[in-house]
Amino acid sequence: MSHDAGRILLTGNHAVAWSARLARPKVVPVYPITPQTPVLELLTEFHAAGEFDAEILTPESEHSVMAACIPASLAGVRVFTATASQGLMLMHELLHYASGARAPIVMANVNRTIASPWAFWPDQTDSLAQRDTGWIQLYAESAQEALDSVIQAFRVAERVLLPVMVNLDAFYVSHSLEPVRVPSQALVDAYLPPYAPEHFLDPQRGESWGNVVSQDMYYRHRRDIGAAMDCVPAAVADADREWQDRTGRGWGVIERYRCEGADLVIVTMGSMCGTAREAVDRLRDAGQAVGLLKVRLFRPLPADALREALCGVRDVLVLDRNFSPGVGGVLHQELRAALYGIKGAPGVHGYLAGVGGVNVPPEKIVHLAREARAQDAESEPVWA
Amino acid sequence: MRHVLSVLGPDAVAVIPPSCLAIIAGPQPLSSLRIPVYQPSLESSAAAASGLRRALDARGKQDTHVVVLAGDGGTYDIGFQCLSSAAERNENILYVCFDNEGYMNTGAQKSSSTPHFARTGSTPAGKLSRKKNLTEVMAAHDIPYAATATAGFLPDLARKVQKAKSMHGLRLITLLVPCLDGWGIPDDQGIALARLAVESGVFPLYEVEDGCRYTLNGPQKTRPVRDYLEVQRRYRGVSDGEIEQLQREVDAGWERLQQRMR
Repeated sequence: MSHDAGRILLTGNHAVAWSARLARPKVVPVYPITPQTPVLELLTEFHAAGEFDAEILTPESEHSVMAACIPASLAGVRVFTATASQGLMLMHELLHYASGARAPIVMANVNRTIASPWAFWPDQTDSLAQRDTGWIQLYAESAQEALDSVIQAFRVAERVLLPVMVNLDAFYVSHSLEPVRVPSQALVDAYLPPYAPEHFLDPQRGESWGNVVSQDMYYRHRRDIGAAMDCVPAAVADADREWQDRTGRGWGVIERYRCEGADLVIVTMGSMCGTAREAVDRLRDAGQAVGLLKVRLFRPLPADALREALCGVRDVLVLDRNFSPGVGGVLHQELRAALYGIKGAPGVHGYLAGVGGVNVPPEKIVHLAREARAQDAESEPVWA
Repeated sequence: MRHVLSVLGPDAVAVIPPSCLAIIAGPQPLSSLRIPVYQPSLESSAAAASGLRRALDARGKQDTHVVVLAGDGGTYDIGFQCLSSAAERNENILYVCFDNEGYMNTGAQKSSSTPHFARTGSTPAGKLSRKKNLTEVMAAHDIPYAATATAGFLPDLARKVQKAKSMHGLRLITLLVPCLDGWGIPDDQGIALARLAVESGVFPLYEVEDGCRYTLNGPQKTRPVRDYLEVQRRYRGVSDGEIEQLQREVDAGWERLQQRMR
């Protein structure tokens, strides 16, 4: 097949590096952090081998990485970076700055526990804590999906002029080897033409960015960001559909797995979806009408699609590999808000499952599903 | 700022963190500087300038200058980490620190550039420690060019901007700019005081190339420090003992600088 350069064994991290290379960013500021470091290392190897024509900066911190990303993007070039955990935390201030600047940066984030105490395990609290920063967030279940998502992310970012964070779970995705189809450069070039923004920083143009504005200008600017966010579910669906036309692979905004006639639907994100598929298969084999809804686009939350998918389902079981003290699971909270007030809203069971990287095997999910079917949803999240 | 920018010319993009300079640059998307301005967060000027530089390079605009116009708070303090890193990478940017020795945009609090014994909003009894020597610290990164300049010696300033403009890599100019309000000086005394800072040896004019070649550009130290202090309200109540100590510090600094010229 001419659209594939080949099917090779890659980790999630290396799949991300390949996708970044194929997207041809011109500036890549990046700082190493476990478990993201292999992304940085493979990109710098590509660069050293003359296979990756980008300006690579290695500043002293992730904060400076994001600080460099923003004006580079505003100067009219495609920008990529990758981080994880504490690195994302350190960037927090500038994540707001980036979306405020309408800079279509694409960043891969490897979801890892945040300190203290120090730990390295898969946990999505790092990125979910950034949900109010104005970044679009995608969650990938596999290395292949991570590769495809990074390339799609540039399409989405450059269409709506908002930055995109592609999240992959530490180790389960970032370090697991799997066969990955790497598309050809020609295919990616046709899908993703060079970035050519209408506005950019240049002495010939004299446009500036970031200086003080009035209340009214600020208000209108925030409203515009909201309007751009509203376009994202359709933009993600379009980008995915066109990618599917070219590669045969599509991932959706959400994915419904064996949800036909389901009276209980498991809802989760990232690598947990793979385990949940296994659990759904076992439950279906046992004659139980259980399905999985994978949330691929988390921000903006595709509320319409979620309502449509879950309306009429008796029970929804949310598996949160994250914890917001005082609230519980972030996806649980978001989903309850999205489903609130609709006719026939399901009972939403929230389980804090896998927080801190604790293993959640399929049998655990089978058990939770049976438990949820047998009782009313608790108003508070349950530590599973 | 006018003098720096007129030497630099129109093919430039400025990075200006939150500061009085940023107010002067005006509201976005306009710029009173006639060149584009990007305003980064207070602590990230050198990192932002690095990203901008690389993007312009990627677009084939290697001749376009990237100039940072930042205050001492954004340079000596909160922005220092990324400035050191940009210097280590020898990013091709001109960094001009408008040094008025304090957080003047927030109403005159101390920064690490505030001199010993100076009164500020956060050191009402006088600062207990000495001013950080930015130029020396940056020269120690072996950058191509680190220089001091002041609004009191404009031809020297213009020459230094011109020289820096012709060089490649990270170039730093520490530009002493008296703040009338923050220092407590009469409206018409700013330039005179900037000259006095040089003549008293408090702020010698010199340049360092590649971290080792020192050249003194200004006049010799001819005036006592007391002359410089007594016209500034920020030194009100400084004791004779403290003045003597400041004189000793200036003398020692001057002597150290002379040794480096040799």
